[in-house]
Amino acid sequence: MDKPIRVLVAKPGLDGHDRGAKMIARALRDAGMEVIYTGLRQTPEQIVAAAIQEDVDIIGMSILSGAHNHLFPKVIGLLKDQDAEDIMVIAGGVIPEDDIPALKEAGVAAIFTPGALTTEIVQFIRDNIKR
Amino acid sequence: MELINKMLKGDKRACARLISIVENDEKESEKLIKKIYKYTGKAHIIGITGPPGAGKSTLTDKYAKLLRKSDYIVGVIAVDPTSPYTGGAILGDRIRMNDLALDPGVFIRSMGTRGYLGGLAKATRNAVKILDAYGCDYIIIETVGVGQSEVDIVKAADTVVLVMVPGLGDDIQSIKAGIMEIGDLFVVNKSDLFGAQRTATEINMMLDMSQNTDRRPPVVMVTANQNKNIDQMAQEIQRHYEYLVENGLLEERRKKNIKRELLELVEEELKKLVIRETESNGELDRMTDILFNKETDPFTLRDRLLSTIK
Ligand SMILES: Nc1nc2c(ncn2[C@@H]2O[C@H](COP(=O)(O)OP(=O)(O)OP(=O)(O)O)[C@@H](O)[C@H]2O)c(=O)[nH]1
Ligand SMILES: [Mg+2]
Repeated sequence: MDKPIRVLVAKPGLDGHDRGAKMIARALRDAGMEVIYTGLRQTPEQIVAAAIQEDVDIIGMSILSGAHNHLFPKVIGLLKDQDAEDIMVIAGGVIPEDDIPALKEAGVAAIFTPGALTTEIVQFIRDNIKR
Repeated sequence: MELINKMLKGDKRACARLISIVENDEKESEKLIKKIYKYTGKAHIIGITGPPGAGKSTLTDKYAKLLRKSDYIVGVIAVDPTSPYTGGAILGDRIRMNDLALDPGVFIRSMGTRGYLGGLAKATRNAVKILDAYGCDYIIIETVGVGQSEVDIVKAADTVVLVMVPGLGDDIQSIKAGIMEIGDLFVVNKSDLFGAQRTATEINMMLDMSQNTDRRPPVVMVTANQNKNIDQMAQEIQRHYEYLVENGLLEERRKKNIKRELLELVEEELKKLVIRETESNGELDRMTDILFNKETDPFTLRDRLLSTIK
């Protein structure tokens, strides 16, 4: 049997609902991936600790609160601190066009804004997974 | 293996990697277990099972936090079903355990039931071995108590906790058939809800009626999401462990599990051997035809097959 791709899906930040994150989680599951779903209000530290224990290939974070410029680079920094920068980070949510280059520069592998299709996300993961 | 040394020194990343090996790579997994087997056998292994949504993860979270107060190292393996159609899974038990993520003395791992070669029980058993060697004092295995393979997993535990909730109604009767027997401790969770007392009474009645006399499992009422009575549950788990130790039953139970593991491994290998010897050369198909035409019977062919291997 093939090793399934393992993805941690988290919804950091303080805003209240995780409909988007759940939708992504289901789409990834339907694409044959193992999704570790950690729910709402995760701190970057919690996300990285969970990603390491779960030995995921990729972290997907969805965020609406506008704190993306802080949260995403923070997660990537923590991964580096723990020699885990091989774990890919992708982002989804309401992220202004202007912020995208800096986030990519910081190491976010891909950014999916609200219009993105889940099939695009699945395809991106399959094409870019390092193994 | 470098990873093993790191894991033995308490490196979480290494520990996580090794569990992935156990999940994904049968050959490497064997090599790995050969190296760490001698470090296993120290942890108290607790299986927590019960119907979907009974509060098993919430309970695990609260129990782990209690154990942490005494500085015990705690490992958790949370098993959730894999979709048989897509091979994917949503493993959601961590939602209830989020503030354990940063505790250096806790390691939580989610596992999908997948379609493991050699069975789910084998994969979880090996993951438990890694957490044991890693240094966990307690290892909690959470599974949904529905299928036989899930039951097989918790059977390998030293203490099995069955979680029930009010409102199952007649289900208690039906659960009885396969699962009730394996409970060393019964926990009625969601005691804040109507009917909890009645559920506890029903379980108590059932336990009183059952013939198994050497130890009558206790029933504890808890409210996991309010952290109520978790200490009582913990005490009963401890008491069960002491009961096993004092009566020489821990050794007996573990030996029984070891024997079962060994026989399962032999069975698996033997089957593979037979398939390897008979499939590609068409022998297996020929034998199938012989049986289809009733030229002989399966038992005779089995014996013939086994004698060619010997
Ligand atoms: N009323 C009440 N709800 C509870 C209690 N304990 C847990 N819950 C809730 O029950 C729901 C399920 O809890 P979980 O801990 O995820 O249950 P589980 O058995 O692990 O669920 P699965 O792993 O999906 O089978 C959650 O919404 C909990 O908040 C309790 O004592 N009382
Ligand atoms: Mg659960």
